[in-house]
Amino acid sequence: MFRRINEKIIESCIKLSGLLVIIFVFLIFLFLLKDSISLFGQYPIGQFLFGRNWLPISEPPKFGIVPLLLGSIYVTIGAIVICVPFGVAAAMFIAEVAPGYLKHVLKSLIEILASIPSVVLGFIGIVWLGPFLRNTFGLKTGMCGLTGSLLLAFMALPTIISICEDALVGVPRTYKEAAFGLGATHWQTLWRIILPAASSGIIAAVMLGIGRVIGETMVVMMVTGNAPVIPKSILEPLRTLTATIAGEMGETVGGSEHYFALFAVGVVLFIITFMINLVADVCMRRAKK
Amino acid sequence: MIVLDKNRKRVLGTERLNTREHKSRSDNSELNVMVSVRGLNFYYGRNQALFDNNIDIFERQVTAIIGPSGCGKSTHIRTYNRIYELYRDQRVEGQIILDGQNILENKVDLIHLRQKVGMIFQKPSPFPMSIFDNVAYGLRQHNKIPRGELEGRVEDALKRAALWDEVQNQLYQPGTQLSGGQQQRLCIARAIAVEPVILLMDEPCSAIDPIATSKIEDLIEILKKKYTIVLVTHNMQQAARVSDYTAFFYQGRIIEFGKTSQIFENPSKKQTEDYVTGRFG
Repeated sequence: MFRRINEKIIESCIKLSGLLVIIFVFLIFLFLLKDSISLFGQYPIGQFLFGRNWLPISEPPKFGIVPLLLGSIYVTIGAIVICVPFGVAAAMFIAEVAPGYLKHVLKSLIEILASIPSVVLGFIGIVWLGPFLRNTFGLKTGMCGLTGSLLLAFMALPTIISICEDALVGVPRTYKEAAFGLGATHWQTLWRIILPAASSGIIAAVMLGIGRVIGETMVVMMVTGNAPVIPKSILEPLRTLTATIAGEMGETVGGSEHYFALFAVGVVLFIITFMINLVADVCMRRAKK
Repeated sequence: MIVLDKNRKRVLGTERLNTREHKSRSDNSELNVMVSVRGLNFYYGRNQALFDNNIDIFERQVTAIIGPSGCGKSTHIRTYNRIYELYRDQRVEGQIILDGQNILENKVDLIHLRQKVGMIFQKPSPFPMSIFDNVAYGLRQHNKIPRGELEGRVEDALKRAALWDEVQNQLYQPGTQLSGGQQQRLCIARAIAVEPVILLMDEPCSAIDPIATSKIEDLIEILKKKYTIVLVTHNMQQAARVSDYTAFFYQGRIIEFGKTSQIFENPSKKQTEDYVTGRFG
């Protein structure tokens, strides 16, 4: 009898902690939604989503998120274009080519890479990478989208490499033996058998990398110039969704239109990262099968 | 012993068996030696797995390799196409002569070697692609073949692997959706598509059901008209049913090698007799 009650208590405790996680996510979303809906009482949602100007302190204020959204997209695409080929290639090297000792060294180095605080990367961006890019490309300022992309690519690399590597190592040994047994070269096997077989895991890695990049705040705030205008190219200053919230939240009055607008930006960001993680999750699941 | 004999006759047919046996028992020289293994030692790191293996594999015959688990059967045939080289700590010594060349020499072109020496693995291992692409895989990587010819050769390989009738309407479905036995025949089709001369089969039936097994055994019967087959099996009945020659391995050594009938009916070594009569192993 006593044991039974005991069992019940433990069971419900575990159940509760599981439910709590879901409830928290839900509450965060509600919290964001509640404040952002307050904005749409005063400011039309169409102008928020499709407005081309973000001028929160002009008279009347304009809260169009297109420049911010484009800023985030430019930086993210730039980062992904840079880090995916490097990441996948590095994962291939670690999983398939590198001899044992090098494999260990590389894996621990990548963990160290993952633990560099983003503010340190931002610092490097300000004092070295920004000026370097300015001089190399002859830009007006080094604080631009490309600087952010490069640093974010650097930040996403550890995630992409380690998940890709898991996916590649997870490809059944029999595929490899069968391909070699048919007279394939190492490269042919890698390219035509192992890589396609690991594709779901690799896509998941890329999606998680994107999630990491799009949600990153400190680096982009430090190095992208923070100009809330529609960028013509990645070589111009721009501003992301995250940097906008972080940069402006301290200057707003609680309960003002501007304050609510920042929450609405938060909801947009939340939805984007949620979708990306969902896709990553689906891919991971498919990869496990 | 009597049971084994019956099984054997079921597959081979009595007359054919007898006539050929009389011929070759008296004179092995009628058969060409395809592969000749001399002084083969094999190491996993510091552990020696094979000790001074010497064996001749005859052309267009089925040679079965039997023995208890861990005796080195698979290790032995994995040297014939040097697939063991995928693993860094595995090492081999000795000679394996194929077409007058020691294939263990460094200068040997592994791609060419593995095209000549096909391999079927224990676990059916179709690639995660369509049935057609699975069979075409080997062809595509060896040379550029026009689409029309490729289709013909894929069809031919599937027919020879006795799989065509079952899959001709679903060539573009994933190969992994087939049953275990079909998957294994798909792997056979994939291997013979590149026109090998030797087929190494590493316990090809251990992961599939008895009916699928008998289909593969029938297939081996047909394939040996064209290919030299080396079959590793832990199933003695299977060895008795389908093979012409049998080698008995024990603890990395070849204890006895000879005609299958002789090994099963009249083994010259005590260990062989104990094993084939089921006293150990």
